[in-house]
Amino acid sequence: MDFISGQTLLEVCEKEQLPISEVMRQREITCGTLDEKQVQDKLKEVLRIMKEGVHEPLQNPKKSMGGLIGGEAKLVADHETKEDSVCGTVLSRAIAYSMAVLEVNASMGLIVAAPTAGSSGVLPGVLLAVRDTKGLSDEILYKGLLNASAIGYILMRNASVSGAEAGCQAEVGAASAMAASAVVEMMGGTPKMCLSAASTALSNLLGMVCDPIAGLVEAPCQSRNAVGVANAITCAELALSGVENVIPFDEMAEAMYRVGKSLPFELRETAMGGCAGTPTGCRLGCDICGK
Amino acid sequence: MNFLSIFDVIGPNMIGPSSSHTAGACSMALLARKMCPEPVKKVVFTLYGSFSKTYHGHGTDRALLGGMLGFETDDARIRDAFDWAKKMGVEYEYVIDEKTVTDHPNTADMEITGVNGHHLSVRGESIGGGKIKIVRINGIDVEFTGEYSTLIVRQIDKPGVVAHITQCLSKNDVNIAFMRLFREDKGATAFTVVESDEKIPEEILDQIRENNNVQDLMLVQM
Repeated sequence: MDFISGQTLLEVCEKEQLPISEVMRQREITCGTLDEKQVQDKLKEVLRIMKEGVHEPLQNPKKSMGGLIGGEAKLVADHETKEDSVCGTVLSRAIAYSMAVLEVNASMGLIVAAPTAGSSGVLPGVLLAVRDTKGLSDEILYKGLLNASAIGYILMRNASVSGAEAGCQAEVGAASAMAASAVVEMMGGTPKMCLSAASTALSNLLGMVCDPIAGLVEAPCQSRNAVGVANAITCAELALSGVENVIPFDEMAEAMYRVGKSLPFELRETAMGGCAGTPTGCRLGCDICGK
Repeated sequence: MNFLSIFDVIGPNMIGPSSSHTAGACSMALLARKMCPEPVKKVVFTLYGSFSKTYHGHGTDRALLGGMLGFETDDARIRDAFDWAKKMGVEYEYVIDEKTVTDHPNTADMEITGVNGHHLSVRGESIGGGKIKIVRINGIDVEFTGEYSTLIVRQIDKPGVVAHITQCLSKNDVNIAFMRLFREDKGATAFTVVESDEKIPEEILDQIRENNNVQDLMLVQM
């Protein structure tokens, strides 16, 4: 059981009457090298690392290696219950969680690249915040992870998830599309609604550049993960409400890739343009690298 | 196209912050360590290109050392690699070379000295997403990834050596995925690199050594 695009994935789901998560699981078992138990064990380990990652920096905030971030997730988490919090629980928590994972990553802790280290906060942030507010079981979260991996796989296969190749839209954009689709399935949406959510998520972040200050996975990466989370939740909500994206997922993936390819070199992880190229970005870069 | 697994998308599980500058650095050093026939006593890392500029913020120095100590890319000890090296009695040194231009921006040289004096020099490239290549051994350009079981033969470039190697492989029923010969000059030192999808039996090493032109062997199992 294999698929090579959003369209062929939908066809398999339709023919077999299965959700995206189950098609992805069966693809792994029939076409890959892992058996059912190994897939389950690995998913368990992924979820364990993600759960630890979203909580650890809320208890013990640590400065990052480059010193640009550390402690932001706790500030957001502590703000959740305050009167001037404007987000509501699920968004506020998802933001805090996603930023926490970036802090773990930037302080040489253990993370799951999903699909990359720079975008590793989005998927755990969204999934675990939705779990908190909806009281979901780990079983449902595994379905979310599988669903997300199907979207990520198509993007890796047919477009790119590399910031150096296609900008942040390919990293946080992909992570956001993966998370949006996962939430739709977790909430009982159809495969078609999942792909619509993923398509909207990509389209909303189209063109986002990769411009890490000092070349480090710290800022603006951390707040980009927060925005990836907000985008994912928004797009899932649209799809679950019955709002359909007019552009099919596969076309949007290709558009994202083309936009990425046309981004100038300075805006693809070279730390030369965007935030990194501002006077302050340059100064911070020099301070950190000791030049 | 290689099969993309669920865990290629949601993975690898890795110590941050960067798949290329941290996980890749760790992987190349781990592979170099496996190529050394005796425990590592001392290592000198030379960092080039982007590695030389951003190593501190990416923990590239710690990741290289962690790999040399035998840590996998998801081992939390990488962060404290300097302390672990002291505990494990491994000496280390870094040379930051921002001038030399290398083929790939994420490149490091590893000069390894073993506890019994064995010397090995390995150049690695971190080519993105945590993937790596070894591109030089003891000054000779080679190319392999460590994703397969890899047999590396150092030999004198004379007729019959490669035939002898393939004969030994065939006798032991090893299916070759890739095989390449690298040499600097005719009649000088050459390397044969054989990659296989399965484990390569250790017995094969003694058989290959029987040829007088074979100087050294390295076997890295997947």
